[in-house]
Amino acid sequence: MSTPLTVLPPPPSRNSPPQQRRALGRLSRQDLMMMLGAGISATATTMLLFGQFTSLSGSLGFLCVGFLVFLATYAVLVSLTEDRPAVIDRVMSVLLTSCMLIAGVALVSVIVFTLFRGRAALLKSNFWSQDLSAAGPLDPLEIGGIAHAIVGTLIMISLALVLTVPLGVACSVYITETRGRGASLVRTVVTAMTALPSILAGLFIFATWILILGYERSGLAASISVSIMMLPIIIRSADVVLRLVPGNLREASAALGAPQWRTVWHVVLPTARSGLTTSVILGVARGIGETAPVLLTAGFTSTLNYNPTSGPMVSLPLAAFELVRSPQPTQIARGFATSAVLMLLVLLLFTIARVVGGRPAGRLSKRQSRRAMAHSVKDAERFESSHRAPHGAPTPRRQVGAT
Amino acid sequence: MTDLLDNPVSTSADTTTTVVSETFGAPPPTPRLITLRRTRGDRVFKGGVTLSGVLVLSIMVAVGLFLAIEAAQALSATGVSFLTTPDWQPDRNKFGISAVLLGTVLIAVVAVSIALPISIGAALFITEVAPKWLKSTLIAAVDLMAAVPSVVYGLWGLFLLQGHIIGLSRWFNTWLAWLPFFDVARADPNSPLSSATVYSASTFVAGVVVAMMVMPIQCVVMREVFSQVPIGEREGAFALGSTRWGMIRVVSLPFGRGGIIGGSMLGLGRALGETIAVLLVISPRFDINFHILEAGSNSVSSLIALRYSEASGFGLSALMAAGLALFAVTLVVNFTASWFVARSRSGADSEA
Repeated sequence: MSTPLTVLPPPPSRNSPPQQRRALGRLSRQDLMMMLGAGISATATTMLLFGQFTSLSGSLGFLCVGFLVFLATYAVLVSLTEDRPAVIDRVMSVLLTSCMLIAGVALVSVIVFTLFRGRAALLKSNFWSQDLSAAGPLDPLEIGGIAHAIVGTLIMISLALVLTVPLGVACSVYITETRGRGASLVRTVVTAMTALPSILAGLFIFATWILILGYERSGLAASISVSIMMLPIIIRSADVVLRLVPGNLREASAALGAPQWRTVWHVVLPTARSGLTTSVILGVARGIGETAPVLLTAGFTSTLNYNPTSGPMVSLPLAAFELVRSPQPTQIARGFATSAVLMLLVLLLFTIARVVGGRPAGRLSKRQSRRAMAHSVKDAERFESSHRAPHGAPTPRRQVGAT
Repeated sequence: MTDLLDNPVSTSADTTTTVVSETFGAPPPTPRLITLRRTRGDRVFKGGVTLSGVLVLSIMVAVGLFLAIEAAQALSATGVSFLTTPDWQPDRNKFGISAVLLGTVLIAVVAVSIALPISIGAALFITEVAPKWLKSTLIAAVDLMAAVPSVVYGLWGLFLLQGHIIGLSRWFNTWLAWLPFFDVARADPNSPLSSATVYSASTFVAGVVVAMMVMPIQCVVMREVFSQVPIGEREGAFALGSTRWGMIRVVSLPFGRGGIIGGSMLGLGRALGETIAVLLVISPRFDINFHILEAGSNSVSSLIALRYSEASGFGLSALMAAGLALFAVTLVVNFTASWFVARSRSGADSEA
């Protein structure tokens, strides 16, 4: 008899203590100590390099050199106890983490820097309630504000929404619900148009609407040019969302005898509602931040203008852009505050998009499923009563809504 | 209805026997012709939806066609020299896009080569390294970064980054000047009193700012692709004793290659068209300049933003021609990107 190829460990006896699950992803104490040690060593070495031995200077350079020294020290420390693949794995993990850190630091520094430079103007109440018509470049921050830009942005974006949402949703329904050469042609052209540089949308409206048709620069012209930018974005993402609606929902609706428009209106669109909202909001976030098309089509003004069809109108990004081009520190502070307001607006929209559209098509939130369940219980009772009326004999009631 | 339900077994048995006898005797049954008769509501629906599709199509085609028609005047006046002339003086009939297009491409290349490693690393960190509780926060942060308006990045680059990056530029120039594009003509690295202005407003600074805007766009696409890596292959690699990086190297990266290429080209397309951030950072110049650290640069979109208001009819046509050239480049880049994403095994349902 030969020796067995596989040896099974004896089964754990009842008396032995229960096995502890090992945490695989967690950093061990040793890892932590190694990182700490490498970090301290790298800081010390870099400080020596910068202060004593070489003529290196600059905070960014300090970080770069320090990071390289840290990586080398850490690799050496790990190699004391581990083999080569493990050393590479650790070093690469540190590299991946630092990539994420760079991105995070960039985002935080952008947000904090903008808020910080704009803080003086942001905290003044007149900044939110007045326009800039009374404030010259040399006036202090107590005079003037950007109410005209806030109003302008809101008017422009609502006009753009009125133009893009019905058209965009209808067009994405056309792409997904009718199959054929036309739909794929539209999809290809829309994909191509997502590549359109935003300045060209502005140039197009500037040349046609303003130069050829002879209308003046206005909020309407700006919102048309922003709509041209937003339309492909909304259609593309709405297309993706509508394609995610399960096909068997459409088939079930058709099998119940619904015509196509009822299927789309009552099944497809409500199922994809949250996704559609997200795609619209993402389009809006992009449209609000567009500066270039507005620069060409809206003109620039410092007075409050509620009428989008006549007179120049200014939007938040355009106001920020124009303000920081001035050499006066107060104007620059106003520019930063304006872009901070813009950023906060985008942040707000983004949060709304996250809250509304966090789940895939057809997955209901708790409240929605409770409402649907209540609805179907009511329907069941209605059916039951209508059945009972002619026959008289009550049918046994079935469990509804348990699935 | 009740008859069928009362005796379901016999009915089904009957139909089976008939079908069997038919298949042996008569020719196979031809499928029933299904005709679609739309209701009036459906006809209205179809018409309305098709109309919107046609409308969108015509708007988009109109933009492209209009640019082409308007540009034709300028293009016919210059001919091929439009592609080779660096100057921009349309009133003296001496203009071309070689300098501006080169500047655009250089800014975009700098941006993508900075953003690419960071976005790959961040995408891999989110999918492979980050603990579960952190993941959704990081995804939201990257999405948010993609939504921050370009003027905010422009301000950040102009007022914060520029001051810090000059040291880095000087270092590059001091140690890597033997690489031709790191050379700066008027800078003397050995003189401690040399002015820092020779490094400011350069292609490099603009590229770093644009990189900040491009990075999240690339990262979103790549993360999407990396999150679709088949779990079986991942676990297979781990079961064979691979480390985490080993798994990423042999499973995630090959699987996500299409997404990496496609995502970076999408970022490139965005970088080529960026206007405001570039306009804020650079100081325009019109000559062929490969030295990315040197002060002054140019891009097509910032050229349009600077010159549109003072342009005459012909000048506007020239600007249109420049815009058309830019659009052609971004179009090629974007279609290549979507071709790569669609062709790769990983990009089955990743969307930009």
